[in-house]
Amino acid sequence: MIGEAVGWPVVASSNYDIANKFRDYVTDPANWHGPDGVPTRIFEHLEYTVLAVAIASAIALPLGLLIGHTGRAAFVAINIGNAARAIPTMGLLVLAVTWRGLGLTPVLIALVALAIPPILTATYAGIQAVEPATVNAARGMGLNERQVLQLVEIPIALPLVLSGIRSATVQVVATATIAAYVALGGLGRLLIDGLSVRDYGKMTFGALLVALVAIGADVFFALIIRYCTSPGLTGRPTNRMSPIPDPAQPVGAASAA
Amino acid sequence: MNDYFSYLHDNAGTIGGLLRAHTYLSVVPVVLGLLIALPLGAIADTKRWLMTPLLATAGALYSLPSLALLLLLPIILGTQILDSVNLIIALTIYTVALLLRGVIDGLGSVPDHVKLAAVGLGYSPLRRLFAVDLPIAVPVVTAGVRVATVANVSLVSVGSIIGLNGLGELFTRGFQTNDYNMIVTGIVLSVLLAFTLDAIIVTAQRLLTPWARAAAGAGR
Repeated sequence: MIGEAVGWPVVASSNYDIANKFRDYVTDPANWHGPDGVPTRIFEHLEYTVLAVAIASAIALPLGLLIGHTGRAAFVAINIGNAARAIPTMGLLVLAVTWRGLGLTPVLIALVALAIPPILTATYAGIQAVEPATVNAARGMGLNERQVLQLVEIPIALPLVLSGIRSATVQVVATATIAAYVALGGLGRLLIDGLSVRDYGKMTFGALLVALVAIGADVFFALIIRYCTSPGLTGRPTNRMSPIPDPAQPVGAASAA
Repeated sequence: MNDYFSYLHDNAGTIGGLLRAHTYLSVVPVVLGLLIALPLGAIADTKRWLMTPLLATAGALYSLPSLALLLLLPIILGTQILDSVNLIIALTIYTVALLLRGVIDGLGSVPDHVKLAAVGLGYSPLRRLFAVDLPIAVPVVTAGVRVATVANVSLVSVGSIIGLNGLGELFTRGFQTNDYNMIVTGIVLSVLLAFTLDAIIVTAQRLLTPWARAAAGAGR
């Protein structure tokens, strides 16, 4: 081996092996059908992710809006949110399984606990960051508190709130792999099963797929944020908003141009 | 409860060892990450065109799942799968990805007139970086270090799935033997470790930015 001659660690042959095994795994049609097939695993992974993020949003969004709007209990909520980040998801998962038994519930408990802090913090921070002058102007125009929240605070805070959901989703996609450790499905199956039989081709493909799903989720939210941001914040022209007429030009000239 | 304390007493040695390993595996990546992110951020602060590609790469790296990275790194690096180097490298990558934005934002937050004053006093670019820009950036950078440290403490546990040392071992063994005591001990110790490290970082930040305290005192 050339590697041995020049004193490099000999990895070339094993890398070559892995490339072969990777190709074998991907090209084997048996891996693409049925309950163990790759499409099923991707679907399961997305299912856990969507469920966990939806439940976490249902809890964290109203709470964050309330705390941000009233400014009450902010200190307590933010500290609890930060403390929750320190809880190891892996520990929470095995604790939930020991308590509830195997199944979807313990996995969702662990993933929801992971997703709540980023969504809660971002929602609170987004509402909190709205200029008090803007809120007071809205009140001055006769909007009630509910309308202030719905028509002013939420649209302005939306990009930050969505970025909180975005980072929660990416984290959940990455962490949902540990569902396979407690005998559930998802892309983690490829990693854990591959590891147990030292099938590096399967492991590599699984790792690659999880990374792709995570990056896909990230890009998906980047697009949502771009298109959901109120035009009033970005200055992006829309059909609803007619261009502001130039007072120096007579009306007829502007429409002719 | 008595049961629990006798469990702790009987296993103090093992648990202590796991806690030490866990601390080591969470702290080393933060130190390495800082050593990489600070110069990278400083370069990006002067060469503005580097900023977008650097931050985009950091974002992509951060979205790599930890378990996937832990299994891919040995293949890429040719290391043994049980080598703790893999975990340290993986967590260093996350730390750099997380810190980079903080370093760039922190250095960017230094007001122009402050930079000009330093230049006017005859500071070389490097001396200005260490004596003026970096100290001013400390609060923003520290915010990133705190998030990265807490995240690392939690992520080290994932390493136990593939058999790496650390408090995560209490989770895998507790799961296999249905032992609440072990799992609860693991969770409590990791949360305590995260809080302790966080308190150390906050104290370090106070010591590094004495002027912030002076200003707060004057304000009162």
